[in-house]
Amino acid sequence: MTGKVHRATIYLGAIALISACGCRQEMYDQPKYRPLQKSDFFADQRASRPLVEGTVARGTLASAPVPAAGAPSAEELRTTMPVPLTRELLARGRQRFEIFCTPCHDRTGGGGGMVVRRGYRPPPSLHIERLRDAPIGHFYDVITRGLGAMPDYAQQIPPEDRWAIAAYVRALQLSQRAALADVPEPERRSLKERK
Amino acid sequence: MAQIFHRSTNFLSRFSIFGSVFFLAILLWLFYDLEASPYTTQQTIAREQPVQFSHAHHVGAIGIDCRYCHTSVEKAAFAGIPPTKTCMNCHSQIWAQSPYLEPVRESFRTDKSLEWTRVNDLPNFVYFDHSIHVNKGVGCETCHGRVDQMPLMYQAASLQMKWCLECHRHPERYLRPKEEVFTMGWRPPVEQAVLGERLKREYHVRDRVVLESCSTCHR
Repeated sequence: MTGKVHRATIYLGAIALISACGCRQEMYDQPKYRPLQKSDFFADQRASRPLVEGTVARGTLASAPVPAAGAPSAEELRTTMPVPLTRELLARGRQRFEIFCTPCHDRTGGGGGMVVRRGYRPPPSLHIERLRDAPIGHFYDVITRGLGAMPDYAQQIPPEDRWAIAAYVRALQLSQRAALADVPEPERRSLKERK
Repeated sequence: MAQIFHRSTNFLSRFSIFGSVFFLAILLWLFYDLEASPYTTQQTIAREQPVQFSHAHHVGAIGIDCRYCHTSVEKAAFAGIPPTKTCMNCHSQIWAQSPYLEPVRESFRTDKSLEWTRVNDLPNFVYFDHSIHVNKGVGCETCHGRVDQMPLMYQAASLQMKWCLECHRHPERYLRPKEEVFTMGWRPPVEQAVLGERLKREYHVRDRVVLESCSTCHR
């Protein structure tokens, strides 16, 4: 009888020992990083690694050719867009313009945005002659690299959206100098009535 | 032999048996309430941050769009915390001497990250993707509350599973048009029940079986 109890204790103890070996927290402590997590591995403690200079995201090569180092950006002189101009592109451009540009340039492109009213150096109006005559690539380039007081928006706005915004800037420029004859007939009448 | 217990103790024993049931119930109720209270969930509690950044000022007063800083919210699981460069877009000139913003300038000078304290921190083992919610008409406000009225950021919802499920079971009660996702203080122009049903169809929101499935969020 006592021998049996003794043996049972040994078995139970062995089972307990073996199962204790399984008590690891590997599923809980997974060897992975979540976005922007702190890391002890890298010197700057950033788990989210900064991109290597000149990195091009997949599928954006056509809309964002990489300029040769030191050379003036080829984009600056472009008079046509590398992406097709569609109604959707303009709508996208308007949306992105209102997110990223209106704080300074305001919704019409006049340059009296909220941040300017709070003391930022005012940008020129997008409707001055120099900017009306500038090639469309100029706007792409300024978004990419910044100009004067304007910081670059390369990190915030992906290349395709930059072209969309550039296209919308053109539309804005047209809108501010539109003649009544440019308005389609039905809308023209309602405009006159409002006068 | 004399009785050890007086007759009156019969009552005490009965009372304590019934009483223990109530006592346990109250204990359970207390535990449940504590679990759902801000003490555990951190709901509505503002966190200490390295800079006293005010969403009320930037969103409410200045009117900056959420996506100006949280650039990846439409296409990634993570909405994105802006790099210091984004702060400096404006603060290189505005409040450029303010001592409040010294940590920001220091971070920009030294290229050392600002260490913000995470406010909306989901429990472990939950998969959450911002992009799918934003692209199916769930407003920022629906989960994050009136951010444009928060001088200091706090977690507006409990982030408990029953809170998630409330919407996963009845998305039509919360959906809004995609154009209004980033609007604060949006009110449905028609009755929400009607609009919600329509948007649910239009945006191809999955049915309740999928939205309620364990592996939708726990994967």
